[in-house]
Amino acid sequence: MSDDTTMNEDVVLDHVEVDGDVVPDNIITAHRPSWSSRETSEGAQELRRRDATEAQELGRETGAVLRLADGTVLDPTQIDIDRPDDETMILNMGPQHPSTHGVLRLMLELDGETVLRTKPIIGYLHTGMEKQAEALTYVQGCTNVTRMDYMSPLFNELVFSLAAESLLGVDIPERATWIRMLMCELNRMASHLVWMATNGMDMGSSSMMIYAFREREMVLSFFEKTTGLRMNTNYIRPGGVAADLPDGWEDDIAVICDTILERTYEYDDLLTGQPIFRERQEGVGNLTAEEALALSVTGPLLRSTGVPWDLRRSMPYLNYDQVDFDVIVGTYGDNFDRYAIRLNEIRESIRIVRQILDKMPKGDYRVQDPKVTPPPRGRIDESMESLIHHFKLFTEGFKVPEGETYVAVESPRGELGVYMVSDGSSKPFRMHVRGPSFVNLQSLPLLLRGGMMSDAVAVISSVDPVMGEVDR
Amino acid sequence: MSVTAIGALEGFATTTGADGTQSVFPDAASYHALIASLRASGFEMLADLCGVDYLGHPGRTLPEGIVPERFEVAVNLLSLSQKRRVRVRVQIAEASPSIDSIFDLYPGSEAMEREAFDLIGIRFNGHPDLTRILMPDDWEGHPLRKDYAIGRVPVQFKETPGPR
Repeated sequence: MSDDTTMNEDVVLDHVEVDGDVVPDNIITAHRPSWSSRETSEGAQELRRRDATEAQELGRETGAVLRLADGTVLDPTQIDIDRPDDETMILNMGPQHPSTHGVLRLMLELDGETVLRTKPIIGYLHTGMEKQAEALTYVQGCTNVTRMDYMSPLFNELVFSLAAESLLGVDIPERATWIRMLMCELNRMASHLVWMATNGMDMGSSSMMIYAFREREMVLSFFEKTTGLRMNTNYIRPGGVAADLPDGWEDDIAVICDTILERTYEYDDLLTGQPIFRERQEGVGNLTAEEALALSVTGPLLRSTGVPWDLRRSMPYLNYDQVDFDVIVGTYGDNFDRYAIRLNEIRESIRIVRQILDKMPKGDYRVQDPKVTPPPRGRIDESMESLIHHFKLFTEGFKVPEGETYVAVESPRGELGVYMVSDGSSKPFRMHVRGPSFVNLQSLPLLLRGGMMSDAVAVISSVDPVMGEVDR
Repeated sequence: MSVTAIGALEGFATTTGADGTQSVFPDAASYHALIASLRASGFEMLADLCGVDYLGHPGRTLPEGIVPERFEVAVNLLSLSQKRRVRVRVQIAEASPSIDSIFDLYPGSEAMEREAFDLIGIRFNGHPDLTRILMPDDWEGHPLRKDYAIGRVPVQFKETPGPR
């Protein structure tokens, strides 16, 4: 077929190939001109017409699989879509949509304004970071993982370092542990503040956007002062942290805590009690505890259903068993609960940070093991061994004993885990990151089902996906 | 923390990882049943599922009687009520890398299994929608396999002299 004839026939149906088998003609993903299909189609990953979708998948896209009792087989006739295919519409939302917080693409089947089926399509930000990690040493690894969840970079560094340390078997000095906790709690505040800002924006309150970003700026300035960078700090490293806290850090922290705590009460005035805001949040995007557990959902989403699961409390890491804080839980599992949880977690983080301020011990900020920690700059000029260690550490890296480990921390979005396999060399043999956003996204078909199209924006926002972590 | 034995693991080879978590090694045939019995014994949540390609690392430590295969699926389960984790590691032969899906037990495995299929190329039988998830649909190969060639873009400098 020559080009001029294809251009004139306006639509050519494209066939979907599933693993080499050509799917029969009646399975059609979309009607597209042949010249445009390759550029835009995600093929089988897209939401298909209902008659072309397997029963089990249809059940998943409508959230029906989760409403079955244990051991029941899904009956296709029980899927409660009673409208014929030609009365509904498949709408594509994203990947370029301001309310999808990045490049999330949703395909929604709508009946008028009501959402029937949802399918998130991801991968637009995939940069192969897990593959990249296999080519980087443990020393370099932190610069890679810190870019995954760019709203909370320190948590990525923390979980990577903890995994490497658990394989290495090194003990971290007390001060380094407390510095890590301090920085992570500040980061949690910053991350939740961005969420408050963008959620406010999605709800139509652009003043919230300005206010929360203003507060976050204080935290980022402190990061800049301490680590040299505002984001992607590469501050927490295997063996400790990169640098000690700057002089006068106590004063900075005190100002940050006082200011932000006071401002959270202003957010209460602005949003929490505001009737329009509550109307749009309460009873929207409901989730039950059983559904959340079945879907592996963690973080504020899980806690909003009333499950008091916070790794800092339930399976303490660092020194979280030595500080006082409350685990905030919700009751209804709706958007408003998730808003309230995040707002109150900012206050709890402030509470933790203030305790760290009192408890911060003197001592070293990184482990004094020449195989893991580079020597101080001054020593390199005097000592041949230091020079050799420095050179070896930054060219070859340190060797990590063979083994495998799974370490998880409570990031602002939920359980952030790293599964790391070492073959005894200086690079991870395999590093898999369990991103909470990636897993939490699976709850969207359930949360959006039966709701209004206009609530979709509110629900996506309350799930709080960070696409850098979803796609990695 | 005192560790009580998990009844469902009886009869399976186990090891303890660097993180102190028990790993259990079922074969592909008993994998689904083991996950089901672990779920019944209080592991409410699937924390993580990922595939590992062990090409080039055949000498890894495995309990006696477990034959190392090229691929492995590592499943991390979490019990909220007992506050503990357990890891299930299944060896998967290179010839036709496939295993039962645990979607019917943990619906949250959907995206994770798709990711393992997409990046490692392990098929999950019974998965409702086994398509690529991170890579484009027409991508060839599975990038996280060890024999997947990493692309290279030659570095060019602005004032570079031409080839001699």
